Amino acid sequence: MNRAWLDIWVGLFVVAGIGALMFLALKVGSMNTVSSSESYEITANFDNIGGLKARAPVKSAGVVVGRVAAIGFDDKTFEARVTMSLDKRYAFPKDSSAAILTSGLLGEQYIGLEAGADEVKLSNGDQVKLTQSAVVLENLIGQFLYSKAEQPTSGLPSEGNLNEQAQ
Amino acid sequence: MTSLLQPLARLGRRTVEGVSRLGYAARFFLAILLRSGTAFGRFGLTIRELYFSGVLSLIIILVSGLFVGMVLGLQGYETLQTYGSEEVLGVLVALSLVRELGPVVAALLFASRAGSAITAEIGLMKATEQLAAMEMMAVDPIARVVAPRFWAGVISMPLLAGLFSAMGIFGGYLVGVVLIGVDEGSFWSQMQANVDFEEDILNGFIKSLVFGVAVTAIALFEGYDAPPTAEGVSGATTRTVVTSSLAILALDFVLTAFMFRGVS
Repeated sequence: MNRAWLDIWVGLFVVAGIGALMFLALKVGSMNTVSSSESYEITANFDNIGGLKARAPVKSAGVVVGRVAAIGFDDKTFEARVTMSLDKRYAFPKDSSAAILTSGLLGEQYIGLEAGADEVKLSNGDQVKLTQSAVVLENLIGQFLYSKAEQPTSGLPSEGNLNEQAQ
Repeated sequence: MTSLLQPLARLGRRTVEGVSRLGYAARFFLAILLRSGTAFGRFGLTIRELYFSGVLSLIIILVSGLFVGMVLGLQGYETLQTYGSEEVLGVLVALSLVRELGPVVAALLFASRAGSAITAEIGLMKATEQLAAMEMMAVDPIARVVAPRFWAGVISMPLLAGLFSAMGIFGGYLVGVVLIGVDEGSFWSQMQANVDFEEDILNGFIKSLVFGVAVTAIALFEGYDAPPTAEGVSGATTRTVVTSSLAILALDFVLTAFMFRGVS
């Protein structure tokens, strides 16, 4: 094996290795998303964030427009304070609302931004006033059972019986 | 009395020998780092070692990567199918390869393919007094023989791990999309949405770099420290594979504990 061929083989190896790493970074990973472009930060207070995690997507109309930067707790209002960093390309009206939604039945949680109608746009450090908390399954079942018990169950023969029990 | 104290004395001697060997290894490692000038000044030496430890390991790395990815595709599909979420197959294959299997399996293969060869080569050089002859000619064997091999191993390990992961993902794609028929669009898009550059790919890269340092340093030390006999060299080669495999797995646990603690 002479020197020239040795160099060529090693060159090929290094090019293939770097190519594989580039493939992982660009095609497999999500390097080309919001994190690299310029962004601005807004905050929102929620009563309950459920299972929301840092780096969860922020979506508007289903499109990812930013990511959750940090989650903290506000001990004055006893609410969760979520900091989101949004892509600078997208501006949202000042009266936009944020809700914590779940993708699919068992999917991860994300923040849905619903655009408002205000002329003034949200800028760095602003707070989203209108928020909707995460749906906690236990509360939902509790509410369902409660409303079921209050509601007159028409069509059942034991209606009177049930009302008596409810009282 | 003496017979009673003998096991205790043996334990003490073992401990002292172990600690002094560890110290010797640390000084050896430091000496490699301090005398790396030649490895970069005469880069041809390092390129030659890159050929032997990197290029010649390509076949085993690529073929194993392909098969590991294909098995992941099959097994992952079997399990995910029960929950009706086959479309996350790409995420499963990519995350397992990039985070764990790529760096770890590539390092294990590298230790047995290239590490053992390095130990045998240096051990034989020592046994046939080539290293002593170099010293006679005022050529530093650590700078001339050991350091280029060290840097070649450190450079080639991350590249091999990257190739292993890429090949494995291709294998998973082959089985999942081409053979079984998982939707191609969701295979790639779910993968891109859930594999993070810093969290997953960069950490995997750092892991493979650490494994590269550990495997090559162990292989070089075992070879340099081998008793200059046929038996000594064979024992050193075995120890290289055993020690570096254990070191890889133990380091993997430590690194994973540091890197992915905050993820969930």
